[in-house]
Amino acid sequence: MRAVVTVAGTDKVGIIAAATGKLAELNVNILDITQTILPPNFFTMVMLVDASGSDLPFGEIADQMEALGRELGLDIHAQREETFQAMHRI
Amino acid sequence: MISSAEILQTIRMFDQQHLDIRTITMGISLLDCAHPDPRTACNKIYDKICRRAGHLVSTGEAIGKEFGIPIVNKRVAVTPVSLVAAASDTADYVPFAKALDKAAKTVGIDFIGGFSALVQKGFTSSDRKLIASIPEALATTDLVCSSVNVGSTKAGINMDAVAEMGRVIKSAADRTAAQGGFGCAKLVVFANAVEDNPFMAGAFHGPGEPECVINVGISGPGVVHHAVSQVPGQPFDVVAETIKKTAFRITRMGMLVAREASARLEVPFGIVDLSLAPTPAVGDSVARILEEMGLEVCGTHGTTAALALLNDAVKKGGVMASNHVGGLSGAFIPVSEDEGMIAAAAKGALGLDKLEAMTCVCSVGLDMIAVPGDTPAETIAAIIADEAAIGMVNAKTTAVRIIPAPGKTVGDTVEFGGLLGSAPVIPVHPFSSAPFIARGGRIPAPMQSLKN
Repeated sequence: MRAVVTVAGTDKVGIIAAATGKLAELNVNILDITQTILPPNFFTMVMLVDASGSDLPFGEIADQMEALGRELGLDIHAQREETFQAMHRI
Repeated sequence: MISSAEILQTIRMFDQQHLDIRTITMGISLLDCAHPDPRTACNKIYDKICRRAGHLVSTGEAIGKEFGIPIVNKRVAVTPVSLVAAASDTADYVPFAKALDKAAKTVGIDFIGGFSALVQKGFTSSDRKLIASIPEALATTDLVCSSVNVGSTKAGINMDAVAEMGRVIKSAADRTAAQGGFGCAKLVVFANAVEDNPFMAGAFHGPGEPECVINVGISGPGVVHHAVSQVPGQPFDVVAETIKKTAFRITRMGMLVAREASARLEVPFGIVDLSLAPTPAVGDSVARILEEMGLEVCGTHGTTAALALLNDAVKKGGVMASNHVGGLSGAFIPVSEDEGMIAAAAKGALGLDKLEAMTCVCSVGLDMIAVPGDTPAETIAAIIADEAAIGMVNAKTTAVRIIPAPGKTVGDTVEFGGLLGSAPVIPVHPFSSAPFIARGGRIPAPMQSLKN
């Protein structure tokens, strides 16, 4: 099942390592990454992932990613891809 | 692949602009729960709701988590209790409300609607018993919502019911005086009530509905407000287009949730209700959308036109996003539940007369309005009659949810808390309508042809 993981917040060292490390730990495969800094130092990253290899139900993955966000002082969301398809594609 | 910009736009809607699905409402028919013994009937009602809605809350939460879409309320609407209880040998319908309340608490939902009667043409004996039970039912339950339909375009207005509801509202306020008349916040008087409304307090599962159904109510005033703020000074053509596009996106979220809930619960999908439902949170207000169009304060001249545009554009955008649209579908203007409306009413910019005019062009009606506690029952009945007349003549739903706040007067504020917010007490006309209400009878149904 495909999902979108978004990470946003003030830039600092190790955000990508922490987010992707957590996804690897959960056995979630990353298909695509877009990352940018909005001036002056606002970090945003959008990842398309495949969660079908994970043993955990997707709700639990979403919870763990959100918890990681709280730990790092960032907004991290993991949502099924259909949410964005529904809103932006007819 | 969806672009990062689109993804981040969606995330901002959820995180900063209060986009949510207001409610997943399961409609459940209770017609097969009728029984001569009221206790047996109540047991059957309790069992059926628990059986049907047992997984509603957990399913709603799972969908919310997986799709990242906040789903604020899970609710149940049932067959109007006056139809179900009619077979029972009792004059007291309060136990039916208690059975609903107990079932609602067992399954963990936020509200249950359907302690209702449809009396637009006249009362059955069961309707009379139900209406007489409303004040106590609302005072002795927590989650039960009640509604009475007193008029329709086809049947006219039952003025005996209008007069009675004036008294019922006063009594419901008195019995919940310690909570500011909170009972009245759970009671709606309708004209042209719809059978598939997912929003409270007016939800019930109409007799034309299937055995069980999933209806979804969207929200999203904050998102629309943000969109309108991006087109400052532009002509109304641009404003309308902007709102339509936004409403389309919001409704697609509703449709996604509805489809998913329907599949997981194995219950047919009914409708998505395209209503902009505000909350007391800053940034989630319908009034602020109207002000963004160029009005200094909601309630000033131009407000009705702004609301008409908003209401229409939301429908036009939303209709294409869902295969079935229904319920109330329009902008709500509940005063206590809308931060901008509260501010406008507190300033004196928004009064009952302007609110009544606004209800001609938007969804529902006079909603969550606090008036002085000493307002006579006849005046409340006359307010209901005016609102029902607007609904009847314009072939639309109108409603009155008004709180004669015990012991309060103009300038005071009533606090309800949560989604119900707080309401500044606003004045009513001091001149009597009592002889008008005392006439009783029915106002005949209006002409619907010969419109030249």
